[in-house]
Amino acid sequence: MLIKENIRMAITSLRANLSRTLLTMLGIIIGIASVIAIMTVGNSLTLSISSELQSAGANNITVYLNYKDDVDEDTEDENENGIVFGKIASKRGVTDSDLINDEMISALVAKYPDEVAAISMNESIGSTTYEKGRRSIGIELYDASMGYFMANEIEILAGMNFNQDAITNGTNVCLIEAPYADQFYDGDYRRAIGEELTLDVNGRTIILTIIGVYKPKQSQMMMIANGSSSTANCLIPVKTKENLFQSSGHYYFDIITTVGTNPDDFANKAADFFNAYYRSSDTFVVETFSMASMVSMMETSMSAITTAITIIAGIALLVGGIGVMNIMLVSITERTREIGTRKALGATNGSIRLQFITESMIMCLIGGAIGVVLGLGMGSAGAKAMGYPAAPSITSIIGSLLFSLAIGVFFGYYPANKAAKMNPIDALRYE
Amino acid sequence: MEPEKKKIIQLQNIIKRFYIGKPNELQILNGISLDVYKGEFVSIVGASGSGKSTLMNVIGLLDRPTEGKYIINDIDIDDASDEDLSYIRNQEIGFVFQTYNLVPKTNALKNVELPLLYGHVPAKERRRKAEELLELVGMGDRMKHMPEELSGGQKQRVAIARSLANDPSIVLADEPTGALDSHTGRVVMDLFHKLHERGTTILLITHSPELAEETQRIITIQDGYITGEREGKAVRNAD
Repeated sequence: MLIKENIRMAITSLRANLSRTLLTMLGIIIGIASVIAIMTVGNSLTLSISSELQSAGANNITVYLNYKDDVDEDTEDENENGIVFGKIASKRGVTDSDLINDEMISALVAKYPDEVAAISMNESIGSTTYEKGRRSIGIELYDASMGYFMANEIEILAGMNFNQDAITNGTNVCLIEAPYADQFYDGDYRRAIGEELTLDVNGRTIILTIIGVYKPKQSQMMMIANGSSSTANCLIPVKTKENLFQSSGHYYFDIITTVGTNPDDFANKAADFFNAYYRSSDTFVVETFSMASMVSMMETSMSAITTAITIIAGIALLVGGIGVMNIMLVSITERTREIGTRKALGATNGSIRLQFITESMIMCLIGGAIGVVLGLGMGSAGAKAMGYPAAPSITSIIGSLLFSLAIGVFFGYYPANKAAKMNPIDALRYE
Repeated sequence: MEPEKKKIIQLQNIIKRFYIGKPNELQILNGISLDVYKGEFVSIVGASGSGKSTLMNVIGLLDRPTEGKYIINDIDIDDASDEDLSYIRNQEIGFVFQTYNLVPKTNALKNVELPLLYGHVPAKERRRKAEELLELVGMGDRMKHMPEELSGGQKQRVAIARSLANDPSIVLADEPTGALDSHTGRVVMDLFHKLHERGTTILLITHSPELAEETQRIITIQDGYITGEREGKAVRNAD
C-alpha cells in the first residue's frame, strides 16, 4: 500500500521539476545507453563470427606439419593458418617421406574409431591462370577427400560430385567453382560440364574434365578480404593429385571428430599420436589445433574488450549516479518543510527514507529504460553498419535495468537518510 | 470540573532545557503541570519567548521533555521509542499550523489522506474519510484543488480537515489565524467552535487575548511558568 503511494508521490514530485529531472537522468541515460550499445555490437560480432567459425567446423581439428625450430618462436603465429602453412608450403627441405602419410592416418583412425568421424583433406596444390579467348580467371587447385565433402556443405549447382571410381582410382576429373562458369559461360553452369581444363601447375601440364560446378563457399570475412571473385577454386580427388604429381603424404589435413568428443582434448591426443612417428626427426613436428579452441579464443578476447569498454561506461554511470545524489540533496533541502509536515502527521523516519529512495530509484529506472532504448537503437545501427545482424543481449538489458535501480538505491540512500533524520521542529519552521 | 471527565493530556512538572555550547544551558520550561480533559477547548496564551511553542512541541510529541512526566490518552511517552512517537503522533494528535503546511503539488484530498496513509488505512477508506472531512470544513467542492490554487483561509480549512483524519485525542492549533485577515480568521475560529461542539478536544496556542477569551479555559504562560489559569467565556465573540 505504502509502496504504491510512494511510487505515485515520486512520480508527482519528479514531474513537478521535469526539466531538472530529465537533466539529472541524462547521466544515467548516457551511461546505460553506451553500455547497451557496446554490448549489442559486441554480442552481434561475437555471435556472427563464432557462428561463421562454427559452420567452418566446430568439431574440426587441424593437423599440420611444422618445423621444430618454429615451435617456441611465436606461439601466437602457430594458430594462424596462413603463416604456418605458408612456411611449410615453401617446402624448405621437405621430401615426401617427411610428410604425414596415409598409414599414420589409418593407424589413427584404427586407434580412435569412436573419436574420428572422418578425415578431411583439402590441401592447396598450386595456382595458375586459365585463359580462353580474351577472358581469363585465376585457378586455385586443391585436392579433396571424401571427408572434406562430409565436413563441408558443398552445393553442386550443375553436374555431379566425384564418384567412387574417381576417388579410389584418381581419374582426371575436377569440380570447379561457379565463378569459372560465370566468366566463360555467362553463368550457364551446365555448359561447363564435360569441358576439358588444361592447366599448368607446379611445372606440369594437366588435363582435367569438369564433372561439376559448385557454389563458392566463402564467408563474409573472406569476401571482404578477397575483394573480387576473379579466382575459382578447383577440386580434384586426393588420388588424382597423387597420380598427376607423383606425390604422396600430407602437409596438413583436418580430423572431423564425432559428436560428443571434446575437440580440444582430442587435438592433444592426435598431436601425441603423430609425434610418436616424428620422435627421431630433428626437423619436423606435428601440431594440432581445434576450431573450438579458436572459437573460444575469439570469444574470450571479444568479451575482454566488451568488458573493458563496459567498465568505462560504468564510470559514466557512476558520474550519473553522483548527479542523482546531488539533485536529491537539493530536492530534500527544498522540501524541508514538507518533510517536517509529514513527520508531524506521523511519518516515521523509515517511511521518509523509503519515499526519497523510491524517488531516486524511479528516476534512475526511467533513465535506465530510456538508455536501454537509445542503446539498442545505437547498437543495432552500429552492428548493421558493420554488416552483422543486430543481436541485443537480453542479459545486458535486464542487468542494466537492475544496475540503474541499484544506482538509485545507492546514491539515493544518503540524501534519503539525511531527510529521514531531520529534526521535525526545525524542518517545520524552515523557510 | 466534573471528576468523570477523562484526562487526555497529563503534564507533570515538565522541564525542557537546551544546551547551547558546553557551559551554557537554557531552561525554557520550568516545571509545567497541566491537565487537559476530553472535549475541552483550552487556550495557551503568552508573549513570544514565553515558552509556549516549546510546550506545544512537547505536547505534540515533536520533542521530548528533559524532565517530568507526560501521559497522553493513557500512554506514557517515557516508554515510547522514536518509532512509537511517530505512531502516537499519527493516532493521537492533529496539528494545525499558522503556515498551513499543506504538502505542495498534492491536492486537498490527498493532503487530508496523508495521516490516514501513515496510519496504514486502506485506500478506499482513506478516500471516504477524507471526503467526509472536507465536506465538514466546507471544502467539499474543492477536493481536487492543489494548495497553490487555494486561498489562505481555504488552505487552513483543508489543514483542519487533515488534523482530524485519524480522529485524534487532541487537535493542537498553533496560531491558526495568525496568517489570515480578520474575516477569514473568524471563519476558521467558527470552525473550531463547531468542532468543539462535536466533541473534539482542542488546544489553541495564541498570543491574542481576544481569541483566547472564546475558549473554555485560558492558561497564561510566561518565562516557562504557568502564571495564570482562568475560565473563558467559551462562546464566540460578536464581530
